[in-house]
Amino acid sequence: MLSSIGNILIIFTIILSFLLIYYSIYFLKNDSGIIPRKIYLFSLYQITFSVISFFTLVAGFIVSDFSLITVFQNSHTLKPLFYKISGTWGNHEGSLLLWVNVLIIFSYLFLIYGKKYNVSYRLYTLICQNILILGFLFFLLLNSNPFGIILPTPKEGLGLNPILQDPALAVHPPLLYIGFVGSSVYFSAAIGSLLSGFRGQSFANSVKPWVTISWTFQTAGIIVGSIWAYYELGWGGFWFWDPVENASLLPWFSMTALMHSIIVLEKRDTLYPWVIILCLMTFTLSVTGTFLVRSGILNSVHTFANDPARGLYILIFLVIMVFSALIIFFTKYKKKNYNLNIDSKETFMLVNNWFMVFYLFTVLIGTVYPIFTDIIGQNKISVGPPFYNLVIIPIVIPFLLIMAIAPKYRWLKNNYKNFKILVALLIASISINILINYYFKSYSLLSSLIIISSIFLILNTSIDLFKTLTKKMSFDSPRIFSHLGFGLLVFFISINFNYSEEYDFNLRVGEKKTFNNTSVFFESLKLNDEKNYKAIVGTFNILNLNNLSNINLKPEIRIYKQKESVTYETSIRTRLSHDLYLTMSNINQSEFYNIKFQKKPFMIWIWFSALMIVLGGCLRFYKNEK
Amino acid sequence: MKNKLTKILVFGLFLFIFFIFFLALNSNKRYNTENLIGEKITDFQLYSLVNEKILSSKNLRKNNYTLINFWASWCAPCKIEHKYLLKLNENKNIKIFGINHKDKKDNAIKFLKDLGNPYDYLAKNNDGKISIKFGVYGIPESILINKKLEIIKKFIGPINDNDYKEIIRIINYK
Repeated sequence: MLSSIGNILIIFTIILSFLLIYYSIYFLKNDSGIIPRKIYLFSLYQITFSVISFFTLVAGFIVSDFSLITVFQNSHTLKPLFYKISGTWGNHEGSLLLWVNVLIIFSYLFLIYGKKYNVSYRLYTLICQNILILGFLFFLLLNSNPFGIILPTPKEGLGLNPILQDPALAVHPPLLYIGFVGSSVYFSAAIGSLLSGFRGQSFANSVKPWVTISWTFQTAGIIVGSIWAYYELGWGGFWFWDPVENASLLPWFSMTALMHSIIVLEKRDTLYPWVIILCLMTFTLSVTGTFLVRSGILNSVHTFANDPARGLYILIFLVIMVFSALIIFFTKYKKKNYNLNIDSKETFMLVNNWFMVFYLFTVLIGTVYPIFTDIIGQNKISVGPPFYNLVIIPIVIPFLLIMAIAPKYRWLKNNYKNFKILVALLIASISINILINYYFKSYSLLSSLIIISSIFLILNTSIDLFKTLTKKMSFDSPRIFSHLGFGLLVFFISINFNYSEEYDFNLRVGEKKTFNNTSVFFESLKLNDEKNYKAIVGTFNILNLNNLSNINLKPEIRIYKQKESVTYETSIRTRLSHDLYLTMSNINQSEFYNIKFQKKPFMIWIWFSALMIVLGGCLRFYKNEK
Repeated sequence: MKNKLTKILVFGLFLFIFFIFFLALNSNKRYNTENLIGEKITDFQLYSLVNEKILSSKNLRKNNYTLINFWASWCAPCKIEHKYLLKLNENKNIKIFGINHKDKKDNAIKFLKDLGNPYDYLAKNNDGKISIKFGVYGIPESILINKKLEIIKKFIGPINDNDYKEIIRIINYK
């Protein structure tokens, strides 16, 4: 029943996409100056049908309709309602339906909020967007149908992988998809702009809000994913340079570059071709990332069930997309002399682009290089954190320094006194770094340089923030918040990276372990029966020998009934100054448990600074709307 | 002229990247034993799951046919194929060699207690290394070999009704 409803809705959506393309082409030929009502109506029907089809699948998960193969494979009657719902996008087919929905929603919003712009530009954009929608709808229907049925109907489902049963992971995919797929709008808009000749400042103006939205969601999605990895994967890290994490980072670099260069285009009317290239590149990277992950070429924690046919389809789609975009770009783009005024603040914004492109290519090469060596040289290699740390970290230093100085280029040039303030700030940063080294009693040149440059950025933007608050200067608050957030993020990550303590040992109930000024006492062990799992809960008493304050940590080993799997739940106590982080795992045929205990300084502040970057994005959007 | 060169370079670069991606898609086959059919399995020695005995490839030479089955108690599809393994076990012409993959002993034994034990031999493979030797793609996976230890067929994923019938056909042929 649900299966037929879903399939019919998908087919309706496909028909509407064809109609939209047909009528858009028709109206382009008889240019009447306004977009007819018909187009708006079709678009409205399209969004309605596709959203209902998505909720049909959600309903399938809620009522546990196991005649749907997707529900059978990814759900279970005993699962809590919240995870039944989030299970909808916790699998390949459902997430693809979500992907298509975001495409359609963005297409509709672009249509209705762009009324003040050129008609043929909007129609071309709509056509391109609908071609993308069709591509993914056919993929959905032919290869990954979420409404496929299984006969006879099974009585019980197979369950959702327990490590995916988590609140952070329930919101992580939708956030990322809005970022990933949101970039399709400016891909289409770039094509529309090339075809219709609607260029320059007004083009930048029409695309800017969409760049901001997708950037904000992409950033938030990456952060939520990291938070999840931190407390769920159980070794205390939050970024692994895993190929799939990289796949989400690549479009992010490109979006960040776009965010900056589009302001240059809007204000100075230069750089049009570069902005177009970035628009095209962002969505291309999103689809490439999807291809790498879903085809199973790259193995990682995120790999869904592999299916070469699936990979082939996305690859063909990608090839058509990229080559048509390239052909349109090369035929339609006419070289024009742009005057780039070297002596302006905007020029410095472009410096951001150099760094972003550098990071982008570093991560891109690191991610796909193993595939190339495997195919060409039959060599299996893996590129891991050492490569990224070596190439990326040193470059962060000039990046931070320029980020601090560039926005004030004018201000510096005008007055020698201002330059002295800058030197004072640099000296202050160095002094703070010396204090930090003294406090933690350790020193390394590279991390000191990073900490100094990040403090320098923090101090600089803090002054701007203060001036904005006291109304002495009308500064752009989005920039201040994002940059301040970024400075804080780098600062806290480097402190955390350098000064985390980690202890690994075996204990049994009643035993105690002491190191430096902390002792860990294994108090007790008990068995709890929960709704869909059994839990072995340990109680550990952590005593700080300096001030004799103590707390209890209760890590768990969970045995899930469906999917027959075991997960290790970390126990984390968050303080403003540090996190205490403890995981335990059982050792076969022994009463000893393996304990991983970590003290991680300023964890909460890492999340806080990352959210501040997102806040910058929100403010930018809000200011745009005003 | 310069413009043309840029175009050719850009198109060429993308073509090259996509071509490599295409090859990579198909190269996945190299990891499984489908193209190893007819070849001998590699020699192995594994500890038994239940006692300290060592099981090796030599043990399998005395059987007409052996189905090497990789399984684990945490693997849901293994439950689906379990009834076919039990049915196969009734056939005298074939022995089933179970390799318990990255599992906890207690869970594995409980699994067999609850669902029945179809295995004539039961070995453990806690670190999963042997599965790499066999080119196993995922769990469950089964490899059918003959007396000479040559691979006749390989089944990726749970054994279903068709696979079961095919195995019966192969082993009753002659």
